[in-house]
Amino acid sequence: MATAQRILTDEMIKAIKAYFPRYPTRQAVTLPALHIVNDRLRYVPLQAVVEIAELLELHPAEVQDTLSFYGFFKQDKPHGNTRAWVCRSIACALRGGEETLEYLCDKAGVEPGQTSADGRLTLEFAECLGACDFAPCMLAGKTLHKDLTREKCDDFLRSLE
Amino acid sequence: MVCFAHPTNCGGVFHTPYEERRNDRVAKFDPVLLANIDVPGSYTRDVYELRGGYRALRKAIGPMQPTDVTEVVKSSGLRGRGGAGFPTGLKWTFLPKGHPGPIYMCINADESEPGTFNNRILMELDPHQVIEGVILSCYATRAATAYIYLRYEYPLSYERLQLAIDECYASGYLGKNILGTDFSLDIYLHRGAAAYICGEETGLIESLEGKRAWPRIKPPFPAVEGVFRKPTVVNNIETACCVTHIIDRGADWFKSMGVPADPNNPRDAGSYGPKLYCLSGHVNRPGCYEAPLGITLRQLVDEYGGGVWKGRRAKAAIPGGISMGLFTEAEFDTPLDFNGPGRVGCLGLGTAAVVVLDETVSMVDFLHNSCRFFAHESCGQCTPCREGTAWSLRMLDRIKAGKGRLKDIDLLLEIGDSIGIIPGTTICGLADGAAWPIKNAIRKFRGEFEEYIRATNPSGYAVTDAVPALPVLAHH
Repeated sequence: MATAQRILTDEMIKAIKAYFPRYPTRQAVTLPALHIVNDRLRYVPLQAVVEIAELLELHPAEVQDTLSFYGFFKQDKPHGNTRAWVCRSIACALRGGEETLEYLCDKAGVEPGQTSADGRLTLEFAECLGACDFAPCMLAGKTLHKDLTREKCDDFLRSLE
Repeated sequence: MVCFAHPTNCGGVFHTPYEERRNDRVAKFDPVLLANIDVPGSYTRDVYELRGGYRALRKAIGPMQPTDVTEVVKSSGLRGRGGAGFPTGLKWTFLPKGHPGPIYMCINADESEPGTFNNRILMELDPHQVIEGVILSCYATRAATAYIYLRYEYPLSYERLQLAIDECYASGYLGKNILGTDFSLDIYLHRGAAAYICGEETGLIESLEGKRAWPRIKPPFPAVEGVFRKPTVVNNIETACCVTHIIDRGADWFKSMGVPADPNNPRDAGSYGPKLYCLSGHVNRPGCYEAPLGITLRQLVDEYGGGVWKGRRAKAAIPGGISMGLFTEAEFDTPLDFNGPGRVGCLGLGTAAVVVLDETVSMVDFLHNSCRFFAHESCGQCTPCREGTAWSLRMLDRIKAGKGRLKDIDLLLEIGDSIGIIPGTTICGLADGAAWPIKNAIRKFRGEFEEYIRATNPSGYAVTDAVPALPVLAHH
């Protein structure tokens, strides 16, 4: 690993270190650190895990253990420009959530979890997004798309950058 | 009447006729927790203070001793709103007396139970109410640090809570020497990473420490040894909000709402106060509604939700998040308080999130959705849960693929009866949540499952030989 190109920038390291005073242990900064890297790189490659571990005075395996528990962080390649989660849990499923997910997947030409060929969209299923009053719903980046219809799905796909 | 779900709570038997206690206390009601949400700018400190915010804080911090605050909360009968319904004040008293500290407060905002979104409404539209409740709870428990464990899927809640916290630091409600007293408090937001199990209190603690969210064996309970091996209280967002109003208006006011405890049953802690009910699924007006504990599911659906959509009839409903099981339409008159759902074989009130299923819904589809959720969210620590949830999903997959056998129904029930903390085979209650939809769906709709299996697998429904496993379908 000594020869590997370093991934964490000074800005990321500074952002991670800013979390240190919040917790009595360094290990507690694991999730914030993973989010900081993921927000910027859209994934957390193994080399980043090694560098986070170094900062947090942990073994890389400890960081990797935590990371791999949460299905949230990708490690093979960055997600698309927009990462969208379509809810498939019961309240959304009752109002067409699964059909919405299928429709979006068909239109974008992907399976849940995959990124479209143009790299604009990573589409995933979600378990309950906690917006059952707006079922079926989708969280795209920081935007909650409510009461989805086919038209709204089309608009969403057209709006992607 | 025998209570199946709360044998430890009500002693297994209801002594006093229920309707006599519930009476008409539920009829007229002004919102408490949701009083501000329609006001423009409700998430800002200015609006919150104009509407009476931080009055409770000034009333408590300084003039009242921490133990006084705990006493008021204890005498209000407030029970935790996160799902288990444990008396909040009592939980606080489990902290070791005279502990040198630090004591930690963890606020559980990892709301992930399917159907539940009341905490999201509070955090997005009235975050200062949340923060005030957290400050008061920390004052009562002498906690100097509070972590709000917020699920990742709530970006707006994150923004608004952070804004509220920043405003509080700026106005001296947080930080060192709050309101000139020797009470100091820091509140930090900690974001999760999309894992349902982080809503389990010890799973949350493990996750906060930077580890995989594997629930801990209790004891030691968090009050004795929690996060960073220090005494810890874990409270829900809505619970914290209730604390604000209890301090502001008093324990008697809080006790004037809801269903009083059964005087003949010393183990019944009652169901006091307002509650946020989440209503979704096949209703005309889904939403978060506030009512005193004890309205019936039918009242909620008809009076608040505008009835079942498309002029259809309801077939069933989830009473408090999917983990709690199912009401049949005939059971809709059951009150949604801490004891009600247990009377019809459900696990409990849970998060009071009601999801209505209309007459067109196949219970096989419902159960498949439920089993898929729990198979996906089981943390994998306890074998009965990890294997039981995955096995039940594989069976439902097979039934839906037209290869079901009548024998599968009993096998599903057997799994349902053997996973969880109630049969005593797992560390946390996730598996009980997985088991209850299975048990309720099959016991209450068995005919439909039999009919489905006979119709979709006419040549094989009666076969009882072992079947070769289907290829495992990718659900991830």
